[in-house]
Amino acid sequence: MKKQPLFPYDWIVLPILGTAVVILFWVILSSTVSKDLPDPAKTWEESRLYIFEPFADRGMQDKGILSLLGLSLLTVAKGYFLALLIGVPLGFALGLSDAFAKMFDPIIQVLRPVSPLAWLPLGVILFFGTGKDANPWGALFTIALCSMWPTVLNTAVGVRAVPQDYLNVARVLKLSKWKTLWKILVPATLPYMFTGFRISLGIAWLAIVAAEMLTGTAGVGGFLWSEYNAGNNSRIILCIAAIGLVGFVLDKLMGLAEAQFKTA
Amino acid sequence: MSDFLIITDLAKRFPSPKGPVAVVKDFNLSIKKGEFITLIGHSGCGKSTVLAMVAGLSDASEGNIIMAGKELSGAGPDRGVVFQSPCLLPWMTAKQNVMLGVDQVYYTASSIERNQIAEYYLSKVGLGDAMHKYPAELSQGMRQRCGIARAFALNPKMLLLDEPFGMLDSLTKFELQEVLLDLWRKDRKTALMVTHDVDEAIFLSDRVVMMTDGPEANVGEIVEVHFPRPRNRKQIMEDPEYYRLKDELIGFLEERAHKKHHDSIAPTTPAAPAADTEGPAAPLQTTVTT
Repeated sequence: MKKQPLFPYDWIVLPILGTAVVILFWVILSSTVSKDLPDPAKTWEESRLYIFEPFADRGMQDKGILSLLGLSLLTVAKGYFLALLIGVPLGFALGLSDAFAKMFDPIIQVLRPVSPLAWLPLGVILFFGTGKDANPWGALFTIALCSMWPTVLNTAVGVRAVPQDYLNVARVLKLSKWKTLWKILVPATLPYMFTGFRISLGIAWLAIVAAEMLTGTAGVGGFLWSEYNAGNNSRIILCIAAIGLVGFVLDKLMGLAEAQFKTA
Repeated sequence: MSDFLIITDLAKRFPSPKGPVAVVKDFNLSIKKGEFITLIGHSGCGKSTVLAMVAGLSDASEGNIIMAGKELSGAGPDRGVVFQSPCLLPWMTAKQNVMLGVDQVYYTASSIERNQIAEYYLSKVGLGDAMHKYPAELSQGMRQRCGIARAFALNPKMLLLDEPFGMLDSLTKFELQEVLLDLWRKDRKTALMVTHDVDEAIFLSDRVVMMTDGPEANVGEIVEVHFPRPRNRKQIMEDPEYYRLKDELIGFLEERAHKKHHDSIAPTTPAAPAADTEGPAAPLQTTVTT
C-alpha cells in the first residue's frame, strides 16, 4: 500500500526542510552560547581539503576522508566477519539445544548490554601478552564481541521459530541431521539471521569509532580524536557527518539484502 | 490375513491441567493392501492424531501399529504424507521440493533417473510447466498438486493424507480428487485419508471409517463403498446408493457420533433433524463442521 503524498515532491522537499531546520539550529548555537562550535561555513572551509582530496595521505592520522573511512571499514569488516563466524553457530546451538540455552543464556544476557567502551581495555589487555600489536587486535576483539549479540539472539529465535510443518517434512523424508540443517533449518532461519546481521553491522560501526578513539588506531574515529586534541573542531563535525552517512548506507545495503530473503 | 496395516488398541494422551486426557483410546482398524480408507469425524475428534501416529510424527501412548508385518516406530519415507497445508519449502522450486524426497529414497539412482522420476510425477499432477516455480508463485491448488507429487514420488508403501483438500475451493477440490485417484489407481497404494467432507469420503474410498467424538475417540461405524472403479463422479451422483451412503454417514455424524457420551453427560443438543429418513433427498449439509 502506497501512502498518498502530502503534496507534490514531498519526498524531497520535506527532508531538505528538516535538514535546514537542524542547520539553522546549529548556526544559532554556534553564534550564541557555543562560540567554540564552528558554524557551517567555517566547517566547510576547514574540511574542504579532506573532501576534495579524499585519498590524500599526509601522515598516520592525516588522510583524505575516504582513506580514513576505508581504514575504518576494513577493521569493521574483519571484526564483523569474526562476529558472524562465531555468532551464527552460537545462535544455532542456543536455538537447537535447550540445555545449551539454559547454560549460556543468562551469561549472554548479562554480557550483552556492556558498552564497547567497557570492553576495549580488556580487549587490549588480552593481546598484551601475545607479542602482537595489542591495540588493533583489541579493537577487533571489541567489535566482534559487541556486534555479535544481535546475530546470536536473532539466529536462536529464528531456529526456534522454524515451523513444525517444515520439520515434519524432514522427519517424513528421514533427512539426515546435516541435510535437515542445510536444507531446512538454515534457509528457514535466514530472514531472522539477516535481521540480526543488520543490527550487528550497525553496532560494529558504532564500536569502531569508540575503539579507534581509545586506541588511536588510524581511521575515521582516530582522526576525530586527534583533531579534537589539536583543536580543529570543524573536522570533528566532518567526521560525524561522514560516520553518519556511512552508517546510513551500510544499513540501507543490509536492508536490501534482508528484503531479498523476506520475500522468499 | 492379508491385512497390510493393523492398528491395535491405539491411544493418545495429551497432558492437561487436570491430568492426561486421552484424545484417542481403544482405536482398532485393519486395512487391506491396496485399500483406500477415509477416516471421517467431527473437527477435533482425533482423526488427524491417528494419522499422525501412523505417519510416525506423533508417538502413540498405547497400542501399536503394524505395517506389512513390521511394527512402526518413527517417521519414514515408506509412508508418503500429504499435509493439509502442502508444507512445501518456500525456498525451493516445486521440482526441488519433490527432489528432496526423491534424492532420499532413490539414493542409488543416477541423477538423470532421479530427475526423471520427479519430472514424471510433477507432470502427472499437471505441474509440467510450472515445476521450476517457487511455491509463492503457485496457487493453493497447484501447491497441493506438488504436495501430492512429492508423496507419490517417494514410491511409498502407503499414502497418508491429512485433509489434503480442506483448504481448496470445491472446483479445485474435485479436480484434485481425480488427480489423486488417477495416480492411486496406477499402483494401488494402500491409502489412509482424513477428511470431514462426506462427499469426498464416498467418492474416494473403499471403506469409510467413522470416528466417534473425542475425548477417547475410536472407531464408531464402518461403511463399505462398492462403486466400481474407475469412478465417474456424475454416475455416482446419480446412483441412489450414493444418497443412502451419504444419509448413513451424516446420520452417524449428527447423532450417533455423540451417543456414547449421552449416558454420562446430559444431552444438551436438541434432537438432530431426521437425516436418516428414507428417500434420495439430499440433505443440504454436505460438509460436517462443528
